[in-house]
Formats: sequence, C-alpha cells, structure tokens
Amino acid sequence: MPGFRQTRWSEPTVFELGCEGRSGYLVPPIENPIKEELGDIQIFIPERMRRQEPPKLPELSEVEVVRHFTRLSQMNYCVDLGFYPLGSCTMKYNPKINDYLASLPSLNLLHPYQDEMTVQGVLEILHTLSRWLAEITGTYEVSLQPAAGAHGEFLGALIMRAYHMLSDDLSERTELIIPDSAHGTNPASAAMAGFKAIIVPSDKTGCIDVDALKSAVSNQTAGLMLTNPNTLGIFEENIAEIAGIIHDVNGLLYYDGANLNAILGKVRPGDMGFDIVHINIHKTFGAPHGGGGPGAGPLGVSEELAKFLPVPRIIVEDGKYRLDYNQPHSIGKIRSFYGNISVLIRAYAYILSLGAEGLKETAEISVLNTNYLIKKIRELDVYKLPYDSKRPRKHECVFSTKPLLEEKGIRTIDISKRLLDYGIHSPTIYFPMIVEEAMMIEPTESFEKEELDRFVEVLRKIAQEVKTNPELVFQAPKNTAVTRLDEMKASHPKTMTLSWRMHIKGQSNL
Amino acid sequence: MKEIGIENIDELFLDVPERFRLKRRLELPSPTSEYKVKSHIESQLARNKTSRDIIAFLGAGCWPHYVPAVVKSITQRTEFLTSYTPYQPEISQGMLQLLFEYQSMICELTNMDVANSSLYDWASGLGEAARMAMRLTNRREILVPRIIDPDRLATLKTYIAPAGMSIQKIDYERYTGQLSVDDLEARISDKTAAVYIENPSYLGLIETRNDEVAKVAHESAALFVVGVDPISLGLLKPPGDYGADIVIGEGQPLGNYMNFGGPLLGVFACRGDMSMIRQMPGRIIGMTTTRDGMSRGYSMVLQTREQHIRRHKATSNICTNESLCAAAAAAYLALLGPNGLKELGETILLKSHYAMKRLSEVGGIRVPIFHAPHFKEFTMSLSSGRVDNVHEQLLRYNLHGGKNISKEFPELGEAALYCVTETISKSDIDALVNAFTEILLEGAS
Repeated sequence: MPGFRQTRWSEPTVFELGCEGRSGYLVPPIENPIKEELGDIQIFIPERMRRQEPPKLPELSEVEVVRHFTRLSQMNYCVDLGFYPLGSCTMKYNPKINDYLASLPSLNLLHPYQDEMTVQGVLEILHTLSRWLAEITGTYEVSLQPAAGAHGEFLGALIMRAYHMLSDDLSERTELIIPDSAHGTNPASAAMAGFKAIIVPSDKTGCIDVDALKSAVSNQTAGLMLTNPNTLGIFEENIAEIAGIIHDVNGLLYYDGANLNAILGKVRPGDMGFDIVHINIHKTFGAPHGGGGPGAGPLGVSEELAKFLPVPRIIVEDGKYRLDYNQPHSIGKIRSFYGNISVLIRAYAYILSLGAEGLKETAEISVLNTNYLIKKIRELDVYKLPYDSKRPRKHECVFSTKPLLEEKGIRTIDISKRLLDYGIHSPTIYFPMIVEEAMMIEPTESFEKEELDRFVEVLRKIAQEVKTNPELVFQAPKNTAVTRLDEMKASHPKTMTLSWRMHIKGQSNL
Repeated sequence: MKEIGIENIDELFLDVPERFRLKRRLELPSPTSEYKVKSHIESQLARNKTSRDIIAFLGAGCWPHYVPAVVKSITQRTEFLTSYTPYQPEISQGMLQLLFEYQSMICELTNMDVANSSLYDWASGLGEAARMAMRLTNRREILVPRIIDPDRLATLKTYIAPAGMSIQKIDYERYTGQLSVDDLEARISDKTAAVYIENPSYLGLIETRNDEVAKVAHESAALFVVGVDPISLGLLKPPGDYGADIVIGEGQPLGNYMNFGGPLLGVFACRGDMSMIRQMPGRIIGMTTTRDGMSRGYSMVLQTREQHIRRHKATSNICTNESLCAAAAAAYLALLGPNGLKELGETILLKSHYAMKRLSEVGGIRVPIFHAPHFKEFTMSLSSGRVDNVHEQLLRYNLHGGKNISKEFPELGEAALYCVTETISKSDIDALVNAFTEILLEGAS
C-alpha cells in the first residue's frame, strides 16, 4: 500500500514575503506622445477622489509570487492525486483535453457584447450543448446561465413563482415541499425565492414518506424539490405516485441534479414527470471544481415553462445564432451575461468525447462501483448501512460509523481525519442528517477496482486502530500539511481572524 | 459484477420503474476520439473574431485586461484546479491560505475589514447585498442610481422581488452625469434599507460627492453600499475611506479572461462588526491554529450562516462559488503590488483620456457626454445617424465600437459606451479616430 505524506511548507502569508518597492509586473507603458498631449495626470482626478495611501498589498518579484503559490498548491489535495469519495460532489476525473480547449484564446478573448456575427462559433457550441442537455434530462429547453447548482435551484424556484403568478394564485402558493434528506441548498433556495420550506420525512426504506407527502400537500403547495436517486443513493421507486400527488394540486416537480451521474442514459428526469431540472456541470460533466468553483448549473424545463427562462435565450434563425431578449414572460436576469462559458465548453467536449454510449457507461460503472464498495465495506462488519441493505444503491451510499462511537467514543470526524493520513479524501460526513454519524461515499466511475479495494482496506485498518489504538485516530491527521485544526477558535468572535488586517489588529491588541 | 453477484448491469437498475427506463439510445453523437474533439472545437471557436482579429472598445461589466502568464500558470495547477471546496481543511491548506490571502487583499484594496471568498458576479452580489441590508435594517427599499447597467438592475430585481423589496432610482445631474444628492435626499426615508452607488459609475464617471451620500444614508440609518471596479482602486479613493458599509464589485479585471462573459468574480466586503459578519452571504476563510496551538492553519469559518448547516435560514443559498477566479485575482494582485496597480490605473486613465480627447475633435460626435472625471470608460453620442450603422462600418476597419446604450438611456440620443484599457495602444486609438472621421464624413456627404 503506498504511503502518504503531504508536503508541509511553513509558508508565511503573502503579506509577510517580499520587500518594499518590489513588483513582479511591468505595466504596459503609456506612449510618449500621449503623455505629451495630455500632460499631468493629476488634473483628471480631483484631489478628494484620489487614493491617499497606497493599498497595503504585498510587494513581490515574479519568481516570489510563483514560488509562494506553487508551495501552497503542494499543500492541496485534488482528484488528480487520488481517491476523493466526497458524496454528492461527484469527484470524477477531469479530462485534460477539456482544460486545453477551455484555455483557447479564441474563447478567452471574446467579449460578451461583441456583434453576434463575430461570435457564431461559440454561440453554436452553446446552442448545441443546450440541446444535448435537454435530450439527456428529457426537458424541452435548457438555460445555460446559472453559475452553480444552487444558482440553478434559485432560478428553478423563481420559475415556479412566475408560473403560479401567471396562474394568478401565487399569493396562495407559498410552500415548497422538500424531503428531510435533501441537500441544504434546496431549503435555502426555496427560502430565497420567497417560499416556506415544508419538510417531509423519509420512511423506513429511506424514500420520501408518501403518506406524509399526501398530508403535506395542499392548495398552498407550489411544488416539490427532489433528488432521485436521493442522498442515500436510493432510487425513489414511487416517483410516479409522487409526481401525481404534486401535479394533482397544480404543483411543479423540481429535480435536484446533484445526483444525475447515476442515471445518465438510463432514465430521464423529464420522463419521470419532473418539470424543472438543474444540472451540475462540475459534477456530472467532468468540469473541474477549482477548489470551490467556478461551476455551472444549467436549468432544463418543460415546454410549458420555457417562456419563463432568463434572457437572453440563444436561438437559431436561418442558420444564424442570435441572442433573443424578446421574452415577455421571462423571469429576467439572474446574473450578468450568458453563463460560465469556459466551464460549459468543457461539458460540450465531455459529451462529445463520451457520446451516448459513454455517458450510459458512466452511470453504470459509477453504480457498479458503489455497490461493489457496499459489499466490501459490509464484509468488514464494522460500519453500518442504514435502510434496506438488500436494495442496490446508485451513485453513492451512506454508512454510519455509530458502532465505533458507542464502542470507543470515536466519531465520524475522527475516521474522516484518519482517512486523510492514508492519502484518501474523506467522504462527505454528517450528511444526510437523517443518518447518525453519517459517512456518504461516492466513488464515481473514475476509480479502478484496485483503488476501491485500497479504500476498503484502509477502512478496515482504521476500524482496527480504533480498537487497538484509538488515540491515533483521535489525534489524526498527522500526515497532512497541518494537524487537526481548531475550528472552534476559527469561528469564535474573540479569536476569529478573517483577514490579514484583522490579524495585525488582533496582535496589536494583545 | 461477479463479486456482488450480478450478471447484468441492469440488475442494479431494477428499482427504476419499468415504464420510465430509457429504452432507446440518447440522441447524442457517438464516442469521439480526443483528436477529433480537439480539431472540431478548435475549428468551431476559430470562427469567432477575438481581440486578436478586431480591436474592440467594449467594456460595460466585462473588460479586456491583460492576464499575465504567471496568473494563468498558477490557476492551471492541477492541485487547485481539480480540488473540491475545502471541506477537509488539513489536506486543503493550499487553497484555504490562498483564499484567505485573496480576502485580505480585497480588504486592503477596498479598505474594509472583511471580505468573503467570492460570489458569482457583481450583479448577483448586488442582489445579495440588498437582501443583507434588508436583514440588517428590517427595511425593504433600496435606492439605486439611475445610471446603472440594465442587466445588473434586472438581476437585482430578480433577487429582491421574492423578499418583497422594492427599488427607487436616484436621478443624476444632467451636466455632470453624477448622482444627484438632492434627489437622494428627496427620496430617502425610514423605509430605505440601503443606498447603492457605483464608482466609477456604469458610464465611466467618477463620483465625487460620496462623503455626502454616505452622510445622507447614515442619517436615515440606511446602509451605504458601493459597487466598484477593483482595478481602479490603485488610483481612486477606496470605499472604506468614504463610509461604505458594504462593498461589492466585479473582480474579473483582476487576472481573469473575459471568456464571453463568464465565469466572473463577485467581490463582496463589509465592515467588521459581528452583526454584519453574521449576515454576510458566501463562504469565509479564517486563520486559526492547529488544535495543539503549535502552528498556523486556515479553515472555513462561520459555516452556521451557510445552507449546508442553516438550511432555509441561511444567509444565502450559495455553495459552489468562483474560488479559482478569486485565486487568479490573488495571484494578480500579489504580482502587481501597490505600485503596479497604481501605474496600471494611470495607464488606463491616460489612454482613455487620450481617446476621449482625440475623439472629441472629430466632427459629428460628442465625447464624452458628461462633464465629470472619467476612468476607463466614457460615453459618445452621434449628432446624426445611428450607432448601429456606424458600428457596422467600423467592423470593416477591424474595429469594434463600444456598447450601444441608445435604448438604455434614450435621453442621451444615439449613444455608446466606449472602453479603453491597457491592452489598447495609441495606434489603435488613432485608427478608431481616423475611421470615425472617414465614416462620419461619408455619412455627411
């Protein structure tokens, strides 16, 4: 088994490096004739609007900048380094060719307000991508504008508002129903769009409790937000009935696309009755996550709802692509311009590379990997798989480490930190909230059997360590760039340090 | 499959109701080789005309600044590029420290206490700022300048409508184009949650009465929110110096390509009192120590504001943000430093004023429309003819005119917003002046 020791630089902050007067960049000069013609620069900005003190930015040479950030990069784990089973985040391999294509000057140097005739190439790609995504999700039309999944959810909830407003019953449609196993963004997006989040429980099988749903539904129901397969990795079998319940009261069904990877080419949200679907490009379609973003969260809708999509919509007329702002029912804008284009271009390349067959295989292998892991982890007889263990899971599964807590007082967070010591990123922990001491594992299709076996072997070892040397697990991690951090201190009002200037101020107060 | 005892992969999908299973192939292309994917997309994109083919004088929320090679090489490092949100801080110190440094540099630049680690863009940041002001003041009206990017205004409307908030526009002085403090005073009331201004404004004007605006806002117990183009702040007074409570802006100019308008970088900073920090949207990185107190480290902080903990009571639903764009901004600011940023500001200022001066000498156009100091962008109006026609002719000179704003501000007549950054040379400007002279002469004859 390969060992792991993360690089450990005692790297100061960028503010502590360099020295006064140094700069890493030569600004393009002002041509002399310009200077001669205009004279003193001071006349252009009135004294009272001029900056009096220069900003206290770092003063570094070019090579110092490169060294500093390269050192920092070495203290950052990533999917190119190893297993990253972060549940619901779909940390799959990000193909290198897609990065290359996203860095072409013929894309990088395009201004969004250029004359449409000068940007036909990119418009065609975007239009085609939106058609492909509509086909994959079984929706009528897709807007590429949302910058992230939660942004797509917000847009989806706004479209629900617009739909009920047009039917003249928005004042009554105040509630959005959300299962207790939902991603946190669902209730947050609902609240942002002005809805009250009504939480319905899951039943014994881990699926939405249909009876509870029936009693939650009323004429105040604007819709339901659901992810399928859900966050336990279980497919909501009763989806037809659920859709019927919601549609019967003229509610809309929203599909949270975070878990779309499991069903590509197998079953489509639109066919299951979903009216609105968001897609996480940075999960399902292989765009890198960039340490937190940028992502892209396109939104697909049914034919009836297409008129509410944000402007501009990319349309094609006589073989020419245009940006169409003439949409009287549109909810308007949720951002500037048209979307996170350099992320979307990667999705285009991803779908083109894999094709229909490859996408289907992606779903199949990711589900196969999950069920293989379940089999192997259950054989360890340590971690518990809540809910029906005979049912196959889809792209992810949720184990509970509660037995270790009861036995030795070791919590999921300790297990997750110990995993880091073996060079494996932790699964998502303490989510979904309906499972105690939850560990949510999503292997994706990108890791081989050997890597999965190694993960299981590490879980076995950790379980053993808990028995023989629990202190080792409690003290973990020790092979990472820093040991366990004091996160209480980080968020405590007295010690909280959110910027370098706060740090300096805090020190001078000591 | 053998291990888990299945013979066919579809056995794992038996819980998908039969009638929903997709029984046909998705109508998508067949798997394509890397070579073909590359040549196809390259040739598609090659149909675009970029600033290498045409000189574009476009800005208006997305600006053509030069991206130094160092910035690109840092953001393309796979350790940053292919990592997720740093939920496990011990193994993600690199990104966390970098984002802490980004936040800290934004604080220095704007002279504010706290910044978050990014929002989607300026426009959505304005929506978030308005909602934050509502939570803090329990009031539901925001005053915005009449001179504002219509897309930004539209985004603001979308963000605040569900919260039952409304917008009032503050008029501008007809001669200077600057915010009318008289109109502000007339409109502000005990319903006002925030007064929002932009500096430089959408039309490139430097606002000069910000101290007064801050005073008016604060006297009504409203928050003062300022939108900035951060690249101007090496030269211009930072909002923290004139009483801003919240600063937002577009960080794209700091080391990020235009990419046809996205991704962008929403800058968000505020004053450091706890009540404000607790209402801030977005992720914040803090400095702490290891549990044993031996070494410095970084982690996400105050996550109880965020959706994954607070759910429907979160300050925002934002999860995935624009971290890598923030990383670019951090590398960019570290590279330029205070002197580089000031020099860059001066270059932009002088070049844009040179363009204004030369264009003002051309007959048949008015440049700029307003009598006020300008930075980077300025307005132009035609005494006769249409902007679209003139711009169409400019394309024949391989020049791309500014954004047509005739419909946005009908009172300005046929008008456009021009932008000159450090990437525009004197000869580009001279070419534009010559082209204008020829086109307008032709039109007159």
